[in-house]
Amino acid sequence: MTLQKILKSRLMWPVAMLVVLLLCALIFSDGFFDIRIQDGHLFGTPVNILRASAPLVLVAIGMTLVISTGGIDLSVGSVMAVSGAMACLIIGDLSNQNSVGGVAVAVVAAIALSLVLGLWNGFLVAVLGIQPIIATLILMVAGRGLAQLITSGQIINVQSSPYKVIGAGYVLGLPVSVLIAAVVLAITVLLTRRTALGLLLESVGGSPVASRLAGIQARRFTVMVYIASAACAGIAGLIYSSNVSSADGNNAGNLIELDAILAVVIGGTALTGGRFSLAGTTLGALLIATLDTTAQSVGIPPEATLVFKAVVVVVLCLAQSATFRAMLFRRSTPRPAARAEVPA
Amino acid sequence: MGEPPAVLEMTGIQKIFPGVVALDGVDFRLLPGEIHALMGENGAGKSTLIKVLTGVYGIDGGDIKLSGRDVLFTGPLQAQEAGISTVYQEVNLCANLSVAENIFIGRQPRRFGRIQWSEMRKRSAGLLARLDLDLDVSAPLNTYSLAVQQMVAIARAVDIEAKVLILDEPTSSLDASEVAQLFAIMRRLRDSGVAILFVSHFLDQIYEVADRITVLRNGALIGEYRTAELPQVELVRKMIGKELATLEQLESRPRESAEQIERGEPILRAEQLGRDGAIAPFDLTIHAGEVVGLAGLLGSGRTELARLLFGADKADSGKLELDGKPVSMRSPRAAMAHGIAFSSENRRTEGVIGELTVRENIILALQAARGWTRPIAKRRQDQLVGKYIKALQIRPDNPEIPVRNLSGGNQQKVLLARWLITEPKLLIIDEPTRGIDVGAKAEIQRLVAELSSGGMAVLFVSAELEEVLRLSHKIEVLRDRRLVEELDNTGDVDADRIMRTIASGATS
Repeated sequence: MTLQKILKSRLMWPVAMLVVLLLCALIFSDGFFDIRIQDGHLFGTPVNILRASAPLVLVAIGMTLVISTGGIDLSVGSVMAVSGAMACLIIGDLSNQNSVGGVAVAVVAAIALSLVLGLWNGFLVAVLGIQPIIATLILMVAGRGLAQLITSGQIINVQSSPYKVIGAGYVLGLPVSVLIAAVVLAITVLLTRRTALGLLLESVGGSPVASRLAGIQARRFTVMVYIASAACAGIAGLIYSSNVSSADGNNAGNLIELDAILAVVIGGTALTGGRFSLAGTTLGALLIATLDTTAQSVGIPPEATLVFKAVVVVVLCLAQSATFRAMLFRRSTPRPAARAEVPA
Repeated sequence: MGEPPAVLEMTGIQKIFPGVVALDGVDFRLLPGEIHALMGENGAGKSTLIKVLTGVYGIDGGDIKLSGRDVLFTGPLQAQEAGISTVYQEVNLCANLSVAENIFIGRQPRRFGRIQWSEMRKRSAGLLARLDLDLDVSAPLNTYSLAVQQMVAIARAVDIEAKVLILDEPTSSLDASEVAQLFAIMRRLRDSGVAILFVSHFLDQIYEVADRITVLRNGALIGEYRTAELPQVELVRKMIGKELATLEQLESRPRESAEQIERGEPILRAEQLGRDGAIAPFDLTIHAGEVVGLAGLLGSGRTELARLLFGADKADSGKLELDGKPVSMRSPRAAMAHGIAFSSENRRTEGVIGELTVRENIILALQAARGWTRPIAKRRQDQLVGKYIKALQIRPDNPEIPVRNLSGGNQQKVLLARWLITEPKLLIIDEPTRGIDVGAKAEIQRLVAELSSGGMAVLFVSAELEEVLRLSHKIEVLRDRRLVEELDNTGDVDADRIMRTIASGATS
């Protein structure tokens, strides 16, 4: 890979920003990169970042698929809440909360409910033709209500060690939540890039009319991506709720849809649909999670954290903007040849 | 002989896209009070030159002088303010706004910051009256036909005090009388001193209206000529740079007798198939190896008929039989499963997918038919794509560039390739040669002839009667959304005969 190719890559700026952030952390925060093994588990700030980012990575993966078809899913946070509530409701009613079978039933039920919610979104968008932002806004609002109904407006606390494993457990020294996110990412990459799914999704996002005339079942794919998005959100909801051993209908996944959309956009997928990059999305999600953690560890006061985050995001977006770069470079060098577009 | 100083002078224009040199040191000038035709094949650089001139693209080298002064436009608005108005090939208006709003968009007459609607409507009506158009200016633009929308675009361009008016294929969607009307307007504007840059693929139109011709080929300037001093054959030779062998060969192609083909089994039979408001119930039979031409004016139901056969729209009456078995065409996908392919007339919105690569666009239909779980192996893809890039001479021949970087004619070829690799039994092609140049047109016609002699049935839709006549074994004539006559294309059928049917609607 030549230097020029790297510079042109869509992933160049998010990677650069991540490196800069980590460098800052290295300089300003002692022991940031200290990773130690304790009781056979990995511990340290980088591991915490990965753990903290797992739900966001999951939600952003689903969001990427939805956005690639030209849609958007605002309901992911609510689906997280519903999923966690459902699982905790079932576990709370178990005679033995530590029964592995009982927890498995709870997990399957929670994910199944998420799939139904995704199907609902897909139905509204693909069959009834409601604009995605409106269609998913319905569930974004209604889903919180549903979650509160499930928990009867209370926070349900559970004491279940098998359930705790999902969000806070370790396997082979690695956090289970990170492994789950990695597995879902791997499966999604395989499904989209090793089959023709990715191409067909990009085609639907590029032009639904032309895709239909080329024999692509645009409607079916649209329903599929909303189901996939809800499934990802459902899993993320389980991780979140397992980590705190409770179901909180109000705060679980609150505003995560915005972080997820941001992650997708940072990763180089356009909101208008078409080409998508799962690697980019993952980077974007990691970047956002790193921002939160680094802000604390380099000593930025909590009240300024959001401002810090905003500044980084603005700088990143400017760096990614072809127009802005052209403005910067035009001043210094009147270029003989246009090299604005990147052949894919 | 004294020529007036050029109103526009472009020298040494250079424009490079990734993988393509679109313009290579092109000179171009426009004199006031002339109609100047810009000619060239697809990909010759005509559209790029126009986009450079109107500020849509920046340039990588060269100068542009307007009225003797150096200019560098950074956007279409700037060019417009400097007096360069453009009407693009595909109507660039807001179809959901009213006619008057479209004409005055961005420069509505105002008083104290408020838009003066009545003033705007009055001026719009006056302006359209000058073009002999009688429209309800407060009706949304999309209530009018594409042809009328085009005229509105021209009205808008004319009203802006234009020194230079660029018409990029304004006639491709107009019928004969509308073209005549347009030409009258163009001549009037020319006589008032406006310099008009005119792009069209219809040679007859060029010779009818243009004073001067500039020819481009492969991004380079071939020359500038007076129309009167350049015979048509010469012009075509300069444009395609090779002998007209293919065209002439096609011209002399003996038409196979219709009876010979009719002996084979029909592969498609429609009986009183129709759709309310789109096309009246019609009967149609297509045999293997047969080219059936659909002739008729714009809006006569040509496309609507084709869409019914492909399942793009659902029929609400009649029966359809394929290979002797009744089928209901629920969706394009169902039609594809029966071996029918359909290449739409709107290649930009219903055909290619701009941001996907040439390769991806070509394999799309085949991949869709196989389903997402059975991807076409990369090696097979390369083989198929390479074959058709070569066979159809798609330029540039790099399969990995986004298809939007290709010229219109090459996009059309990509679309054809997409369908050909599905090996259909019946290929429906709607206006495959619209807006593309002579060379590519001949190639596509040759291809259709070849496919049909290979046993494929082709339903060929075109506004150009000559083309339909040249290729078809059988011609279906449409008028006012009805199929009015079926003509076997034997020796005694000519364009006049078809036009009489279109005009009268009755069979004689």
